[in-house]
Amino acid sequence: MSAEPQKNSIFKVIGASSLGTLIEWYDFYIFGSLASIIGTQLFPADAGASALINTLAIFAAGFIVRPFGALVFGRLGDLIGRKHTFLLTLVLMGGSTFLIGLIPSYSSIGYAAPILVLILRLVQGLALGGEYGGAATYVAEHAPANKRGFFTSWIQTTATGGLFLSLGIIVLTKNMMGAEAFADWGWRIPFLLSILLVGVSIYIRMKMHESPMFTKLKSEGNVSKNPLKESFRNKTNFKMVLLALFGATMGQGVIWYTGQFYAQSFLENTCKVDFNDSRYILLWGIVFATPFFVIFGSWSDKVGRKWIMLTGMLLGIIFYRPIYQIFLDDTDVSKIEQKDIKEVSNPVVKRTAIENTGDSLITTTSTISLLNGASFTKIQSHTKFADLSKAEVVSPDTYHDKKLSTGIFWKFVALIFFQILLVTMVYGPIAAFLVELFPTKIRYTSMSLPYHVGNGVFGGLVPFIATLIASFSGSTPLSGLWYPIGIATLSFIIGAIYLSNKKPDHGEADH
Amino acid sequence: MNALKKALGLFWIILGPVSIIFMFMQAIEKVGLAAEGVAKTNTALQWGIILFIFIPISAGLVIFGYYAMKGEYDKLPED
Repeated sequence: MSAEPQKNSIFKVIGASSLGTLIEWYDFYIFGSLASIIGTQLFPADAGASALINTLAIFAAGFIVRPFGALVFGRLGDLIGRKHTFLLTLVLMGGSTFLIGLIPSYSSIGYAAPILVLILRLVQGLALGGEYGGAATYVAEHAPANKRGFFTSWIQTTATGGLFLSLGIIVLTKNMMGAEAFADWGWRIPFLLSILLVGVSIYIRMKMHESPMFTKLKSEGNVSKNPLKESFRNKTNFKMVLLALFGATMGQGVIWYTGQFYAQSFLENTCKVDFNDSRYILLWGIVFATPFFVIFGSWSDKVGRKWIMLTGMLLGIIFYRPIYQIFLDDTDVSKIEQKDIKEVSNPVVKRTAIENTGDSLITTTSTISLLNGASFTKIQSHTKFADLSKAEVVSPDTYHDKKLSTGIFWKFVALIFFQILLVTMVYGPIAAFLVELFPTKIRYTSMSLPYHVGNGVFGGLVPFIATLIASFSGSTPLSGLWYPIGIATLSFIIGAIYLSNKKPDHGEADH
Repeated sequence: MNALKKALGLFWIILGPVSIIFMFMQAIEKVGLAAEGVAKTNTALQWGIILFIFIPISAGLVIFGYYAMKGEYDKLPED
């Protein structure tokens, strides 16, 4: 066979695998991108901060079950083949995402709403747990040994691509229908749209062939009889599963989810940056950084995987706190001086009765525009008691919907770009790294578990645990960062000491 | 380097249970604060999830430490 048809064939494999994986990531991430809106739909209106934390808990539940999906579908993939297994995961993911879009809100069915969404979220997590390992294995088993990093890095772009697609469709839908209609029912559209995307992907995947290595294994009668037992009861293999988890995927997971998820959550919920601005910042960061997945994946074929991944972790450990301090400082509008203000809108006063007390909460809302193009909403509130002998209680002013000046906007894009660049360093080479650690007959099972524990549990819990830590009494807005910094430090130390920096041998035979 | 790998094995063995005990203590303290009305939200469910998930991972860290101490990582299959 000539080199050119082979090249065409591998790009077809990459294209078909990547499209399905990208759509699965899209399905998985729209929930996180809409967490604050979904929280208001699934829980009582007066739930406040606990609605967001509970919604993040449901979001996190999807991550927590990913390792179980890795076991179930990994085993299946090593027994019946890669192709049919990741077709099944695609159907499960698309179906559950579509159904989330149909769940009535708390006001219609009460607590059945969050329970049903939780169940569907668990199905999403199981499906994703089976998908990624299959796609990465499938591509790696088509690629020559000396180009595994380059070819599998295309699969690595799909997680960020799925996030980009989810953010893009959300922003587009919201801007087309208006904020009020979007918060009311429009948030369901990105979920419902999934069924079309999944349909296209299933059609493409149906036309794909089984991986050549698995086909060879099957024809020789060497398919594993019990992949779970061979992966985890065999010490030689299990010790590599543990090393992959603690020395690589654990740190990689927290770097991924800090740079691309916690960053957006921090800008929106802690810095109170406007909904669109916080998403546009992430979208631009992703656009500029995504090519680096392929660059670092390809580079790892030449210099080895280890130090590229560990450098990404180390830079995150060093720079996270300074970066998030800049986010806080540059969005602090409490110290704005009078000379910087261009215009203040007419204040809107609202009186809300506090149930069963006769007391009332009075809020005064005004929008302040600055000379540098920035603007924000200021809310002053105080409680007036029915018992006139009690003095009014004035709450601290709060600031919301901060629209950034052009300079600060692009500064934030650069800071997010830097964080995603670290993501590309840790994530670009990791599929090839994992594939090379394990033999073909138990590869799907063995690589899926450390990947999904590292990403699903350690990484996926970043927004949830960091928000939880930041809600402790006495904590600062930056306290939540100690979680990813601590985990990345531990993983960096283990990786630096125990991993070897294997450079692919050009004549290497697969095992 | 192999001596360091083995020596650190003991550290990983200790770190596993220590991290779980630390998380338990944090959980008791924070859930208690919520019950007294000091904390902003009740996080009993969240802490339950965290402990449920991290206990087997800590057990994995202990096994990893044990393997390291026994010299299982002195020479990897790919070296």
